[in-house]
Amino acid sequence: MSLLRTVELRKRFGALNACDGVNFAVEKGEFLSLVGSNGAGKTTLVNLITAHLEPDSGRILFEDRDITSMTVAARIKAGIARSFQLVNLFDGLSVFDNVALSIFAREGKTAKITTLAANDGDVDREARDVLAEFGIAAKSELPAGELAQGERKLLDVAVAYALRPKLLFLDEPTSGVSSAEKAQIMDTVSSVVRSGAVTAVVIEHDMDVVFRYSDRIVMMHEGAFLADGPPDAIRANETVASILLGTPSPA
Amino acid sequence: MKAAVIALPRSPARLWPYVGGAVGLVVLAAIPEFLGLYQTQLLTYGLIMAIAALGFNLLLGYTGLLSFGHSAYFGLGAYTVAFLLQWLGIHSMELYILLGLPVAAIVSALFGFICVRHTRIFFGILTLALSQVLYSLALKFFWVTGGTDGLRVPRPTLLLGIIDFAGSGGFPRFIRSYYYYVLGVFVLSAAIMWVIVHSPFGKALQAIRDNETRARFLGLRVRRFRWAAFLLSGTFTALAGILWVPLNGLTTPDVLYWPFSGEIVFMTLLGGFRNFFGPIVGGIVFTFLKTYAVASTEYWQLLLGTVLVVLILLLPTGVVGALSQLAKRLRTTREGAR
Repeated sequence: MSLLRTVELRKRFGALNACDGVNFAVEKGEFLSLVGSNGAGKTTLVNLITAHLEPDSGRILFEDRDITSMTVAARIKAGIARSFQLVNLFDGLSVFDNVALSIFAREGKTAKITTLAANDGDVDREARDVLAEFGIAAKSELPAGELAQGERKLLDVAVAYALRPKLLFLDEPTSGVSSAEKAQIMDTVSSVVRSGAVTAVVIEHDMDVVFRYSDRIVMMHEGAFLADGPPDAIRANETVASILLGTPSPA
Repeated sequence: MKAAVIALPRSPARLWPYVGGAVGLVVLAAIPEFLGLYQTQLLTYGLIMAIAALGFNLLLGYTGLLSFGHSAYFGLGAYTVAFLLQWLGIHSMELYILLGLPVAAIVSALFGFICVRHTRIFFGILTLALSQVLYSLALKFFWVTGGTDGLRVPRPTLLLGIIDFAGSGGFPRFIRSYYYYVLGVFVLSAAIMWVIVHSPFGKALQAIRDNETRARFLGLRVRRFRWAAFLLSGTFTALAGILWVPLNGLTTPDVLYWPFSGEIVFMTLLGGFRNFFGPIVGGIVFTFLKTYAVASTEYWQLLLGTVLVVLILLLPTGVVGALSQLAKRLRTTREGAR
């Protein structure tokens, strides 16, 4: 049983076929990368699965349950979380509160109005643990808006991770940061995700990063899947190389 | 319902709101000794406006929604008191509050339900429009509301009738007692508001203010939170209206008219909407500012307008915001010099 399956999922934007009958499966425990040029439909696919967009047709199954018509909130409850390509944080709240709020939301505690958030010892401990795992504990008290770009990216993932999802979508977790920082971010993210036994689907452009961290790579092109396999097979795939690099494969 | 427990924070930087609040409270408790009757009365108005602005700021500062119709809830509180007196013959301040708040909550819930379907300018226009519906009702149904003459509300009894103000010397006694009464309600309201904005619910509101999309992707039902914030905000502002009417002795449609909504916005900006204490300082300062502006010049609106322009250009974070930035800068300079 796959953790997630899509069945003939379709989405059109005018003339553009962003998602052209995609049958996508994610297995439990894998670290999967979704690659392809800009406009290939990667983000659209993630948006459809996370209910950010509604599909024109097709079905989405999570743990064999049909979630196609479920709301965002219901899908999060089922165990699907995501981060965003452009960092989406609560800039006026502290780094700590960003993560704590995720935990409050997950625990259904956001309706609590008569107790101070800071007095919840369990949430406090867990939020500190998560921040430590992501290596940003020293910045806890800063407003999220004052973090450097690399730290913002980490916090963005941490906020999604703190929901303790079964399936976590990361939309370009390393975009807009220096290549030195990229490795650091991906090391952190992949070690946290693997130690927490979270299944992760990562949209990524940097192929070095993709080959290094993925168990499986899926290549999209014009709204459809072009290739699907372990890193070695994808590296050897000539079509992939020609589309990604615009040149024939050197092999 | 679990009672709120305020454990003092560990870090000293977080302690200052508590220290500042305590110092402020001592000053407010002692100051009538040094003030005349008129000044005490003005300060009472100031505290009432502070409650109204605190309520308003739950929407503006914490939820990111600018209401241009908060006169509706203030006026609703005032008129509810007048009706309780007129129809039921109630003279007790406690009953005014106990019966007035549910009425305010119901109307706020109803208006809020409509308004939170939109955000930004559309939200603002809806709040404005609904407040003007109440204004026209108060104006046109004069056989119920007294029209432009309004409705008179004489001095009520306080503390379930233990204190009343009949007989000679009633007025000065009322002003002194009522100041402490309002101060008590104000402290209680401010404490409740403090807990609300620092509760998980309050943090969720701030998250929605900062980033609605991300808030949705934490599973938060954004519209429901905005609705709850609206209800609380309207009810707080109505409480201010309830406290205001016995002091004023009269309620007229002016408190429902849109310029008064503008004044609530003004006092909040004056104090600073990014700081919990901003609306409190703003409410008090605005009351004195307006009173002296009206007393000193025929062109008081021009004077207040100038203050507003200068404020927005020079102190965009308001009085409290500017002071806290100054304190921060002094602290860093001192640490740098060491």
